[in-house]
Amino acid sequence: MLKNYFKIAIAVLKRRKFFTFISLFGISLTLTILIVLTAFLDVLTSPAYPDVNRSKELFINRIVLKSNKENYTSQSPASFYFVNNFVSKMKTPEKIAIHTGRNTTNAYQNNKKMEVELMHTNVSFWEVYQFEFVEGKAFNAQDLENAAQVAVISADTRSKYFGEGALALGKYVEANNIKYRVIGVVKSAPATMIYANSDIYLPYTLAKSGLKGTSLMGEYMVTLLARSTADLPLIKEEYSQLLKKVPHPEKNQEILLSYPDSYLESFTREIFGKGEGSGKDRFFLMIGIFVFLFMLLPTINLVNINVSRIMERSSEIGVRKAFGASSSTLVGQFIVENMILTILGGILGVLLSLLVIFVLNSSNLISHMNLTINLTVLGYSLLACLVFGLMSGVYPAWRMSKLNVVTALKANN
Amino acid sequence: MIQLKNIEKVYRTDTVETQALNNISLQVEKGEFLSIMGPSGCGKSTLLNLMGLLDAPSKGDVIIDSQQTLQLNDRKLAHFRNSKIGFIFQSYHLINDLQVVDNVELPLLYRNSSAKERRTLALEALEKVGLSNRVKHFPTQLSGGQKQRVAIARAIVGKPEIILADEPTGNLDSAMGNEIMNILLELNRIDGTTIVMVTHDPNMAQRTHRLLRLFDGSQVQ
Ligand SMILES: Nc1ncnc2c1ncn2[C@@H]1O[C@H](COP(=O)(O)OP(=O)(O)O)[C@@H](O)[C@H]1O
Ligand SMILES: [Mg+2]
Repeated sequence: MLKNYFKIAIAVLKRRKFFTFISLFGISLTLTILIVLTAFLDVLTSPAYPDVNRSKELFINRIVLKSNKENYTSQSPASFYFVNNFVSKMKTPEKIAIHTGRNTTNAYQNNKKMEVELMHTNVSFWEVYQFEFVEGKAFNAQDLENAAQVAVISADTRSKYFGEGALALGKYVEANNIKYRVIGVVKSAPATMIYANSDIYLPYTLAKSGLKGTSLMGEYMVTLLARSTADLPLIKEEYSQLLKKVPHPEKNQEILLSYPDSYLESFTREIFGKGEGSGKDRFFLMIGIFVFLFMLLPTINLVNINVSRIMERSSEIGVRKAFGASSSTLVGQFIVENMILTILGGILGVLLSLLVIFVLNSSNLISHMNLTINLTVLGYSLLACLVFGLMSGVYPAWRMSKLNVVTALKANN
Repeated sequence: MIQLKNIEKVYRTDTVETQALNNISLQVEKGEFLSIMGPSGCGKSTLLNLMGLLDAPSKGDVIIDSQQTLQLNDRKLAHFRNSKIGFIFQSYHLINDLQVVDNVELPLLYRNSSAKERRTLALEALEKVGLSNRVKHFPTQLSGGQKQRVAIARAIVGKPEIILADEPTGNLDSAMGNEIMNILLELNRIDGTTIVMVTHDPNMAQRTHRLLRLFDGSQVQ
């Protein structure tokens, strides 16, 4: 039976080359865009070098201070004081990475100026983030305590600064008019690793400011590594208890809010979060709505094409009914036919996506980003195809099957 | 085999009401070859469609093989048509996208038979109508007479007890028409298939067992 459906489907597709082209084009283009977007989302959110522990991590990127009267809100990353005196005393996390955001400064090599990004970190940073050292190693507690003028640099920075292929260990980089001895070179993190990627990593004790004072606002972020995912809620709980003990006596700062978020939540809270919510649900809802609307266009297009095909195929419908096809059998046939079309479109879409992803990867548009079609994305794409096929096939099929036999047989020939 | 009781058929459109059939009662015996004649628009096709369960009467009963058919649902009707009735149309109604053999197999798709069985039966039916050498052709590559023979093969492939033919020779020249007629006569004589045929040709009608004349929706005696 399926083979026969296939035969007629292919024959119909071949006969209507232009419509076939338009339908396939619409489906495959839509799928390509979806697949490439999800691949982007995937690369942004799934664990990858150097943040391989992401599923066991919580991120504290900002604290919010509000007044009771709702007329004053300020938010920023936390201060060193807050991080050092409170967060680093937490018991539940296995490790606590502390680092600043990236600061862009100028570096000089042979009077040639270049821009580099600096990040100050603690020692645990190198344990939470699993960097691969191509030379040397990370700074240790001793270096940190002594405020040794040492730096870990990325392989990209090494090439930029010392020249392609040169080794850097023991050499000096000069940034902000200070010379740092290179003690380690790491494989560069992709630019999509928003928290962990930088050109030069320094012990936080080398920071020129921000280490003193008791202000809560500063420029430090925290990555909490849990022993297991089961500990994540416990960490959240410990953190919320801890917040209660943090003094914030200033006027108009009566409310202190901060949340350890999963990686995705740390973004959705910025964009969609309101009050206590992380905005993750809203984020997925938005994505759902977007995808639905996006898929609606080719679906409507297909529905139109299919409906216009009804008259053209009325003789066939009449004959099939006369010889024993029930309405439901016909609905089945037309849906299967439509599925075949959409699955063809899906295969084209996947091929096209592979091409686009290959081009994006090899063009190095975003450095060290490696987009892949992973199985989840592929699965969802196929699911999208099925939904396509159903959405665009059901209504026309129903219309076709309701055609009166006698009318259908009269309509043409 | 086929029994019609006090059949009325009224077509209603927005503007007009057409009484296509008016109090028709009729009995076709098993193994009988009945022909129907009458001027264009007198209701011949309508009558045939009612016998074939392609349409329902406005009033009256259609009983086929002792089975009252009015209360059958879509699925049961489809099954009934599939197992009991084969249709032949004036304009062939072959599916141009399918090869001859696939066209012939069509009725078998709607019953439980394997692909192999279907192929065997389809080739057998094509052999019967003398088209064994056109199996892989597409309908557009055939002459009118050949198309109608494919249509006959399709009608007989499921070995139905009844064949309903609506002007099967209407589009053919007399030589080809005669060929088709011979095939139908043979089917009736050898396999005992009950046949009801609408025709305009008195010579053809003469070769059947019985002639029914219609005029303006009513039986003429
Ligand atoms: N679907 C329909 N809607 C309205 N009127 C119809 C329909 N089918 C047939 N008729 C009318 O019913 C009458 C009988 O038609 P038909 O059975 O096709 O005649 P014949 O086959 O004898 O030429 C004609 O007047 C025709 O116009
Ligand atoms: Mg007619």
